[in-house]
Amino acid sequence: MSIIKTEKNTLIAEISGELDHHSAAKLRLEIDSAISKETKNIILDLTNLTFMDSSGIGMIMGRYKKIQHNCGKLIIVSPKPQVKRILEMSGLLNIITIEASIRQALKRM
Amino acid sequence: MENRFDMEFIGISENESLARSITSAFAAMLDPTVEELSELKTAVSEAVTNAIVHAYPEEAGIVGLSGKIKGKTVYITVSDNGIGIPDIERAKEPLYTGKPNEERSGLGFSIMESFCDKLDIISSSGEGTVITLTKHFGGGKGER
Repeated sequence: MSIIKTEKNTLIAEISGELDHHSAAKLRLEIDSAISKETKNIILDLTNLTFMDSSGIGMIMGRYKKIQHNCGKLIIVSPKPQVKRILEMSGLLNIITIEASIRQALKRM
Repeated sequence: MENRFDMEFIGISENESLARSITSAFAAMLDPTVEELSELKTAVSEAVTNAIVHAYPEEAGIVGLSGKIKGKTVYITVSDNGIGIPDIERAKEPLYTGKPNEERSGLGFSIMESFCDKLDIISSSGEGTVITLTKHFGGGKGER
């Protein structure tokens, strides 16, 4: 499940539940339809995400590529231990950062 | 303890969550730590997703999920009668994916290997695939 909103040129998606191949397909469409030419950054709030596998990594990577042309930032907020472990294994943390809250993430933009 | 189950489901993505739930419920009988259970669940999710994404290009086929408990070790097998893996070593290479246009990360086998004590792959072109994940639950201190 996701709630998507925009704050200036930053898209904020709060993702809850589980992020696997099945839910990534729907989430990808929801986020992409909310991305406009003005969208520079993306914040993914994973506070309420209880599970993620490598399909989630693919989805995040795909969204990161979409904002590259605007030199945007992708920040992940508050991942749970299992989710953080998968992020670490993927090497994504070399190019995206983690913040403890949306407020702190917005300060980084 | 000794236990086993055997089931099959249609290879549609809705059933990825089902496979994880069944695996968790089965493995929970060994009273694993939160982390151990999470690792097994993730590995199974990867194997089942692979079967659903790759095994049957034309239309969804049957995916088998079975489990065995022997002592403190759980064995989960994910199987299909699909197209098979022509080059297993290449498939196991980190970041390699057979579907580069679909935002797949190519990390499935790496995760299965990291999170389980043993990963066995039996597959060949046109002959289907059998993935067996072995995980021993330590039974040490930890959050349960």
